[in-house]
Amino acid sequence: MKARVTVTLKPSVLDPQGKAIEGALHALEVPGIKGVRQGKVFDIELADMAPDAATAALKTAAERLLANLIVETYRIELV
Amino acid sequence: MKAAIITFPGSNRDGDVFRALADVTGHEPVHVWHADYELPQGTDLVVLPGGFSYGDYLRCGAIAGRAHIMQAVTTHANRGGLVLGICNGFQILVESGLLPGVLMRNANLRFVCKMQHLRVERADTPFTRAYRQHQVIKVCIAHGEGNYIADAETIARLEGEGLVAFRYCDAAGKIGGVANPNGSLHDVAGIYSQQRNVLGLMPHPENLIDPLVGGIDGRGLFQSLIAA
Repeated sequence: MKARVTVTLKPSVLDPQGKAIEGALHALEVPGIKGVRQGKVFDIELADMAPDAATAALKTAAERLLANLIVETYRIELV
Repeated sequence: MKAAIITFPGSNRDGDVFRALADVTGHEPVHVWHADYELPQGTDLVVLPGGFSYGDYLRCGAIAGRAHIMQAVTTHANRGGLVLGICNGFQILVESGLLPGVLMRNANLRFVCKMQHLRVERADTPFTRAYRQHQVIKVCIAHGEGNYIADAETIARLEGEGLVAFRYCDAAGKIGGVANPNGSLHDVAGIYSQQRNVLGLMPHPENLIDPLVGGIDGRGLFQSLIAA
């Protein structure tokens, strides 16, 4: 089975990279850009298991390694 | 003083720290590979050197912070052993939870490589006793992710308990403003653990031990460690 974990900066944390990307999009005159926040996406292949067990495993992965919970949050999707 | 230098894949200042320790303390440290499980018996000081462990994949220091040897380093720290993390080593210390906070991308998004003045915040720790309190030293910095961030509670605790080790300053010792190269909160260049036996800092004292390369202000840190 497949899963996706998305890691993003907490709203309270400044994101200079997102700001730089936002500036570049403005320079390209892409209309309507009000703000950009950069994050990370992890596409993960899992052995077949019950959805609860999969979610628990991914939570462990996210909290122990994929995200730094001091400045980041994460979202788990089973696909 | 027995020192062990941990080498991770991508460490590149392990040789510099070896030379600084051997030259200043007169004792040759030993190299320890990251996949080892144990530190050499009788280790007094563990050094996590600078570099780009695992190519800075995921987050700087994130993967190295979970290496096998870090369990032994944590045990060593918890029983009062000395741990020094320089640059990437500092990033590894915060990622492994041995020090609080996080090192984010420099506020101006640039990799900064230059000489930098620091103020020694206190001279009563195993790492700084060869300096004077508030002495201004000139060392070098070379990092892209040195912007120290922590929540307000953690910053208040670091300040309240005197756990800030070094702050960025100018040649006259004036803290912050344009002297802050990366946006670090409270101009933090290095911090101690609660017991002050773990020190993490972004600057490179190990590269300022020889007049040939522009100064010897880094020697004090290694002189301080001789008594350890």
